[in-house]
Amino acid sequence: MLTMVKEKTIAPTEEKAVVYRTKELNLWYGEHHALKNIELDIYENEVTAIIGPSGCGKSTYIKTLNRMIELVPNVRTSGEITYRGRNIFDPTYRVEELRTQVGMVFQKPNPFPKSIYENVAYGPRIHGIRDKKILDEIVEKSLRGAAIWDEVKDRLHENAYGLSGGQQQRLCIARCLAIEPDVILMDEPTSALDPISTLKVEELIEELKKNYSIIIVTHNMQQAARISDRTAFFLNGEVVEFAETDQLFSTPADKRTEDYITGRFG
Amino acid sequence: MKRLVDHSEVIQHMNGRLVKNNIFKLLFFFATVFGLIILVVLLYRVFTQATGWLNIDFLQNFPSRIPERAGIKAALVGSIWLMAMVAPLSLFLGVGTAIYLEEYAKKSRFTDFIQTNISNLAGVPSIVFGLLGLTVFARGMELGRSVLAAGLTMSLLVLPVIVVASQEALRAVPNQLREASYGMGATKWQTIYRVVLPAAVPGILTGSILALSRAIGETAPLIVLGIPTFIAYLPKSVFDTFTVMPMQIYNWTGRPQEEFQHVAAAGIVVLLVLLVMLNSIAIWIRNKFQKRF
Ligand SMILES: Nc1ncnc2c1ncn2[C@@H]1O[C@H](COP(=O)(O)OP(=O)(O)OP(=O)(O)O)[C@@H](O)[C@H]1O
Ligand SMILES: [Mg+2]
Repeated sequence: MLTMVKEKTIAPTEEKAVVYRTKELNLWYGEHHALKNIELDIYENEVTAIIGPSGCGKSTYIKTLNRMIELVPNVRTSGEITYRGRNIFDPTYRVEELRTQVGMVFQKPNPFPKSIYENVAYGPRIHGIRDKKILDEIVEKSLRGAAIWDEVKDRLHENAYGLSGGQQQRLCIARCLAIEPDVILMDEPTSALDPISTLKVEELIEELKKNYSIIIVTHNMQQAARISDRTAFFLNGEVVEFAETDQLFSTPADKRTEDYITGRFG
Repeated sequence: MKRLVDHSEVIQHMNGRLVKNNIFKLLFFFATVFGLIILVVLLYRVFTQATGWLNIDFLQNFPSRIPERAGIKAALVGSIWLMAMVAPLSLFLGVGTAIYLEEYAKKSRFTDFIQTNISNLAGVPSIVFGLLGLTVFARGMELGRSVLAAGLTMSLLVLPVIVVASQEALRAVPNQLREASYGMGATKWQTIYRVVLPAAVPGILTGSILALSRAIGETAPLIVLGIPTFIAYLPKSVFDTFTVMPMQIYNWTGRPQEEFQHVAAAGIVVLLVLLVMLNSIAIWIRNKFQKRF
């Protein structure tokens, strides 16, 4: 498996801007301590992968980054996450504002039961764009950006539910691109897809990182190795290891990381 | 390896299972047919009784002691007045309450308390609402036997059913859709208005129409309010006295003359037509919403 790691050159860390800085983040679901002292930096124009066994807190962490976690009742946090230097837990930071900067793609494709066009136009519309010309332009640009334009350009006004699972997921990525975010959060975006659709989404991520910073949760370690620049290994709510992907997969510093990536882990 | 599933035994049991399967299919089919037959018989009786009596005059005349001259105008217009008041009021309050409880309110003992009460109210006999209307609206607010008093009473009567039906419809909207909307920076109201409500409208309407149909055919609370059945003028405002079709029909069926049974049947047909029209409007709105998707 380790042979799958591609040769990659990464610019020295110092040069890259930090998008997200997480400091001593703790999170509780009621009494359950789900995230423990998380320290993690996310860099600009990189793909950061989060791996780890089921239930280790990957989704919890990624949902904390756009404060989606607040939809769950009885969630408590401590510590700090700064996005571009600003603490996202600051009461004056409006969550709607944060989420226009930070888009999210979910595990299961979740298009709205509307037309393909309306799905992509949803974000711009809620942010007040009414001009049909601008909307048309955004829709085309986003669908092209998500590598699905050619497949849907003749059926923009058909219901999105008529698309295949893989197409729906790329539509959701297009919908997310339509608000022109800065960061894209992806929670296992390919786990419901077949290998070909997965490949398409992976190629897309590769392409998107030129303009966006991407954080992706994945259970597929080959995928993490293929597409990410940096990988964080979560275990029981803690970050065991966070390093450049090549390094983490070739010479893991922690024994637990090694056990997990070599499949010797429970 | 020892086999735990003995296939020869499976085959032996097969006949019994298939017979059972067919028995249940037949049982459910008969249940359906039974209802259908009763309905057809009822409709047949009503329509045959009504033929000859249902004409333009019947729609244009006020009630009369002479069966041939009796008409349903006052009651028909009264029912429309009542609906025009109950439908918007109960829908607004009912759907609003459901949205608040499902989308805004945090689960607490207080919301649990409200929830339990609403569910219980949905099962309270209509005559009890009549008594409530009599004390609060008719006497307390001195609205008397007016459209307003009856409308408020009927709205209260159907409110719990609309709330419960709307809550069910809202709950059936997958959370993933809400998450997708919030994830793009939509506010709660934008999410409700653009995503949740369009998906819930068909369910909300189905439940609400059932509730409103019940209100159209209801007499008990109106009897308690003292709504008269013999009225020879139309209400000019919501403060005027009026009557409604089920009251009028009930009155006719109680008359000794044989002819009034036919008049009553004609009234029932008009009531049914109004119901069908109400349902059609609901279906039309529903389709309109589904196209918005
Ligand atoms: N809504 C919730 N309420 C209570 N506990 C929760 C909730 N969501 C998650 N948890 C708990 O928090 C822990 C982390 O869950 P999380 O969903 O973040 O795991 P994950 O790493 O994403 O797992 P998977 O790989 O299976 O998606 C788990 O122990 C889980 O049971
Ligand atoms: Mg998860």
